[in-house]
Amino acid sequence: MVAACLLPLAGLAARALGVGGDLGADPIRTVTLTTGMWTLRFLLATLAVTPLRRLAGFAQLAPYRRTFGLLAFSYGSLHFLTYAVLDLWGAWDTLLEDIAKRPYITVGSTGFVMLVPLAITSTRAWIRRLGKRWVQLHRLVYVAALAGCLHFLWLVKKDVREPLLYAGILAALFAARGLVLLRPSLGLSR
Amino acid sequence: MLIRRNRHAESPEREVTDPGLYLRRREFVTGAGAALVLAACGPADDPMAEAKAEATTGAGVETTPFEKATHYNNYYEFGTDKEDPSENAGQLVTRPWSVAIEGEVAKPGTIDLEDLIKPSAVEERIYRMRCVEAWSMVIPWRGVPLKDVLARLEPTSRARYVAFTTLLRPEQMPGQRRRVLEWPYREGLRMDEAMNTLPLLVTGMYGRDLPNQNGAPLRLVVPWKYGFKGIKSIVSIRLTETQPETAWNVAAPDEYGFYANVNPEVDHPRWSQKRERRIGEFSKRPTLMFNGYGDQVAALYAGMDLQKNF
Repeated sequence: MVAACLLPLAGLAARALGVGGDLGADPIRTVTLTTGMWTLRFLLATLAVTPLRRLAGFAQLAPYRRTFGLLAFSYGSLHFLTYAVLDLWGAWDTLLEDIAKRPYITVGSTGFVMLVPLAITSTRAWIRRLGKRWVQLHRLVYVAALAGCLHFLWLVKKDVREPLLYAGILAALFAARGLVLLRPSLGLSR
Repeated sequence: MLIRRNRHAESPEREVTDPGLYLRRREFVTGAGAALVLAACGPADDPMAEAKAEATTGAGVETTPFEKATHYNNYYEFGTDKEDPSENAGQLVTRPWSVAIEGEVAKPGTIDLEDLIKPSAVEERIYRMRCVEAWSMVIPWRGVPLKDVLARLEPTSRARYVAFTTLLRPEQMPGQRRRVLEWPYREGLRMDEAMNTLPLLVTGMYGRDLPNQNGAPLRLVVPWKYGFKGIKSIVSIRLTETQPETAWNVAAPDEYGFYANVNPEVDHPRWSQKRERRIGEFSKRPTLMFNGYGDQVAALYAGMDLQKNF
C-alpha cells in the first residue's frame, strides 16, 4: 500500500529524468503542484478512515490512518521544501515576507507546521506517553486539512472548481465525523 | 487537386538553418557590441542589473523554445490548465477570417484578415512576454504595428480608446461552454498606448503562422503590459470614446486593472510581482518596470498614480 502511495513521487522523479514524459515548461511549478495535491489528498484520506470504518464497516482500514497521515506529512514536506528551497532559490530572504504577506502562503505554512507535531507523535510510544492528550492534539489534523483547502482556493486564479471539490469532500468528512460522534444520541445502533 | 512542388528548387532539409539560430541572428549583431560594453561595466552578480542590461541591449537574450511557447499557454477558451490549449485548440477553424471594424472610424465595416494586414510591412520582433502569474517568455513575433493599421482605419476625433473582441464559438472553443470568464474575451488600450510603436497585431511566431493555441490567426501583443492584455483570435476592432470593459477586470476588478502595466512595485493582491520565472531558467529573476520597455512607454503614464491605475 505504501509503495502504491509513493507512485506519484516516483512519477515525478521519473519525469525529472526524462522518463515517461517531462515536467513541463515550469518544472518547479509542476513538482510544487503535484506534491501539494497529494498532501491534500492524503490528508483527506486520513480523515476518511474513521468514518469509513465506523459508518461503513471497513474495519481493515484502521491501520492505514497513520500511514496516510505520515504520507500527507511526507508530501507536505516535499511541497514546502520545493517552494522554500527551489522556487525561492537565491531569494530565500523573501520566505518570511511571503509567509507574512501572501494569505495563501500564510495559511499553507500554518497548516504544514501543524502537521509537524502530529508526525512526531505518531508512534505508539507517544500515544502511550500522551494518553488522552494525544487525541486532543491530533484533532489538529482537521485544522490542517481546512488550511490546505483554503491554501488551494486562495492560490487559484479563477477556476475554483477543483478547490471547491476538495472543500466539498472535507465538508462531507466533517459531517461524517459529526455523525459518528452523534450516533448514540441519535439512537443509531453500534 | 494536383499540387505541384518543384523539388529541384528546394534546398534539402538538412541545409535549412536551425530555427533557433535563425531567430537569434540579430542578437549576434547586437550581442557582439553589447558584450564589449558590458565587460566594461561593474560586476555581473547583480540580477537586477543583468536583467536591465539584457532588456536594453538584447545581449544574452534567449528566445523561449518553441515547444514550451506552444505547450504552456493561458487560453481559457480551450480549458484552464496550461496544457489544455495545445490539446484542444486544434479544432478551431481559422480561415476564412474577417475582422469587424467598428465605432469611431471613417468607414466601419468588415474586412478580411488578409486585407487588414496586407498593406503594412510585416516585421519580426522579439519581445519579452510577462504573465500576471509571474512567469515570462521571450517570443519572436511576426506582425504589423498596430499604429499603422489604426491609422489606415482613419479614427475620428472622438476615438479615445481601442477595444478588441475575441471569437465566440463554443462549438470549437470548449472552454466557452463554462462561464469561467465572461465570453467573448474583451480587451482594450488607450489610444495613445495603441499608437505607440511597440504594440503589434500578430499573425505569426518563430517564423511560421501562429499556432491555434497562441491565438491564431490574429492576436495583439503589448509587451509592457501583462500577457492577458494580448487578446487572441481577434474578430473585432472598435474605436470608442469611453474606456472599454476588459475580461479580467470584469472578472476580478481588485486583481486585474485596465492598464495592467508590468510593475514590480504593485503586487497582485494575492502574490508578489517583484520577481518572475523566465520559463527555462532555474532561478527567478527580478521583474522590470514596464517589463523593461520603460524608455518607450513610461511617458504615457507621466503624472499617473500607477498604484491606483493598475
